Amino acid sequence: MSGHVGFESLPDQLVNRSIQQGFCFNILCVGETGIGKSTLIDTLFNTNFEDHESSHFYPHVRLKAQTYELQESNVRLKLTIVNTVGFGDQINKEESYQPIVDYIDAQFEAYLQEELKIKRSLFNYHDSRVHVCLYFISPTGHSLKTLDLLTMKSLDSKVNIIPVIAKADAISKTELQKFKIKLMSELVSNGVQIYQFPTDDETIAKINASMNGHLPFAVVGSMDEVKVGNKMVKARQYPWGVVQVENENHCDFVKLREMLICTNMEDLRDQTHTRHYELYRRRKLEEMGFTDVGPENQPLSLQETYEAKRHEFYGERQRKEEEMKQLFVQRVKEKEAILKEAERELQAKFEHLKRVHQEEKLRLEEKRRLLEEEIMAFSKKKATSEIYQNQTFMTPGSNLRKDKDRKKEPGYRLELLCFDVRACETIGGRKDAEEGREGPRAPGRP
Amino acid sequence: MDPLRQSPSPSSSRASSPRTLSCERLGYVGIEAVLDQLKIKAMKMGFEFNIMVVGQSGLGKSTMVNTLFKSKIWKSTMPGLRVPMPQTLQLHSVTHVIEENGVKLKLTVTDTPGFGDQINNDKCWDPILGYINEQYERYLQEEILITRQRHIPDTRVHCCIYFVPPTGHCLRPLDLEFLQRLCRAVNVVPVIARADSLTIEEREAFRHRIQDDLKTHSIEVYPQKSFDEDVNDKILNNKIRERIPFAVVGADREHMVNGRCVLGRKTKWGIIEVENMAHCEFPLLRDLLIRSHLQDLKDITHNVHYENYRIIRLKESHALPQGPGWVNLAPAPPPAPTGTRASPGPAKMCRWAEDNSDEDF
Repeated sequence: MSGHVGFESLPDQLVNRSIQQGFCFNILCVGETGIGKSTLIDTLFNTNFEDHESSHFYPHVRLKAQTYELQESNVRLKLTIVNTVGFGDQINKEESYQPIVDYIDAQFEAYLQEELKIKRSLFNYHDSRVHVCLYFISPTGHSLKTLDLLTMKSLDSKVNIIPVIAKADAISKTELQKFKIKLMSELVSNGVQIYQFPTDDETIAKINASMNGHLPFAVVGSMDEVKVGNKMVKARQYPWGVVQVENENHCDFVKLREMLICTNMEDLRDQTHTRHYELYRRRKLEEMGFTDVGPENQPLSLQETYEAKRHEFYGERQRKEEEMKQLFVQRVKEKEAILKEAERELQAKFEHLKRVHQEEKLRLEEKRRLLEEEIMAFSKKKATSEIYQNQTFMTPGSNLRKDKDRKKEPGYRLELLCFDVRACETIGGRKDAEEGREGPRAPGRP
Repeated sequence: MDPLRQSPSPSSSRASSPRTLSCERLGYVGIEAVLDQLKIKAMKMGFEFNIMVVGQSGLGKSTMVNTLFKSKIWKSTMPGLRVPMPQTLQLHSVTHVIEENGVKLKLTVTDTPGFGDQINNDKCWDPILGYINEQYERYLQEEILITRQRHIPDTRVHCCIYFVPPTGHCLRPLDLEFLQRLCRAVNVVPVIARADSLTIEEREAFRHRIQDDLKTHSIEVYPQKSFDEDVNDKILNNKIRERIPFAVVGADREHMVNGRCVLGRKTKWGIIEVENMAHCEFPLLRDLLIRSHLQDLKDITHNVHYENYRIIRLKESHALPQGPGWVNLAPAPPPAPTGTRASPGPAKMCRWAEDNSDEDF
């Protein structure tokens, strides 16, 4: 009994779901500054992504990642382009490729973390793992640079590498052939595994196989349009001719686009997930101490080891916490003791100072009293001496004067006393007082 | 017009937020070729689909499966030749690879003879739940290995068709119990079996009563309301939800009607055509299961039910594993209410499943 069941629509169902979800593709471009990475990406995706050129003076290699959403007919593509900024610019290039390796590992790590979570949402996770690495080789015509070799060697087990010869319009055709052969032989002899286009599916096996022979692709990128014949094509214009980007005779750009996007995008993603990511995961988990087979060759479950480790870590953590607590309490106690000591000292000092101050004050009081007494004594002495002076001054004078003087004596003495008091207060006043006395008397009083 | 001005984010290990960009110059890039790549890959790998049919014996389960996939997956048992009824519920699965137009489908059908046939049917759903959980467990174990396979074989039950006997009244307690437990673990599609014993009016009334029953007991059958993603999905699924449960008739014999050869049941009063929408709703079921929602069934199983199971399993991992091999399902202590999206149902269910699978498997 046969008939049409209808599940041939299954691939379509799958495709519809994928369209709904959208696709995600991450490209990493590695190459020296100014070699044409951004231009090539622009040309590949037919859009102006970014404008400014980067400087040559960065002290370290950094990675700059940007995500764009492209749409072609009904397919949405979330494209992330990661650029290496400052690659090959430093004088000492030893640290050049480490940031790249770290970045790729970081993306794998993020995915692994998400996968190991208890409550996870993998189906709407934005996959940031690098799917393909376009490695730009500068068109010297000779061979690979050491930096290129080292970088590719360290990246080949982590990401799919597609080497491209940049600025291919600087090499002639014959040189190009030789260059390609030299490059491939160098890569092979150094054991660098670049991405091979898959040849297991009949529909694309043939074309992939032939493309494999054209690696590395010699590309030219340009977004400028030049009129050739009666069409506007993307090209670079030189005084001696026009290099057309999409002309297969001029460069391999079309092949690259074909291979990268039209034919093998899905395979690149697949390889990243099933090969490179699994390798990373395996290494990471083994590092952490998990195995699939426990002692006595009985298959252990990840769960058991994980649990055991977790308990271990908890125990460790508890212990450390206790330790820290003890330490803390001890320190606090010490500090408190010190502070108390300091307080007491301060108190003692304060008392001491107060006492000293008191004593000082008393002494000063004492001194003042003495001084005042001296002043009194001195002024009395002065008074008596002046009386005596005036008396001696008055005796050789007339009787009249005497009577008058006698009459005036109490008043005179009063005056004197008055002057006295005033003289005590003001030194300057004394002199005036004396003069004032002498004055009217001198011309002779009646 | 330059829609994209993105300030570069300095060496962030996560990419910055995306800007939507339309390809201004309509030059050819070739992104949509990725769809073909997907198709090629899918055709090469083939598809897998696991279906389970649950219901009392004599409701036409095996016939239905044969009709669905238009091949003799099973020999349906005739009443007279039936072996003595099995004392306990046993599940047995049959796997076939069927091909249509270059698309290979690995179909696994699990049958449950003996379900609801005993006098005391208490806990008869446990073996079924145990089986479902066992498939989840198998997948989980594969997934947490260090060295994993490239493509983990998927034996999880994607869809469970539940056959409701055509009493014409409402759902029986056994049905309700079973549906409540199962709809949290797997996608359940209830169907009214042997619908040719009900007239059209009786069918409608029965259907409405069943829908009311389902709503009262908050049983979410497939397509679940909470998983509708956008408006289109909602509209489409609402149409389906109105017709759930489908009234189906299964037949694996062909007869001549009006010169055409059709699958049907021949009775004295006429021939009931299986593919005729006026007679029964079998085409709806088939379309739902195979033609339009197969991928969706698989997705929901993978993204929702399996994840729920995984959460419970990982949280309960303090249960001491015994013995070699993959972690056995030791009876866990009464679980604290775990924070899954459903009520404590899954936790309970898990525990019972663990109890029984120890005995049976």
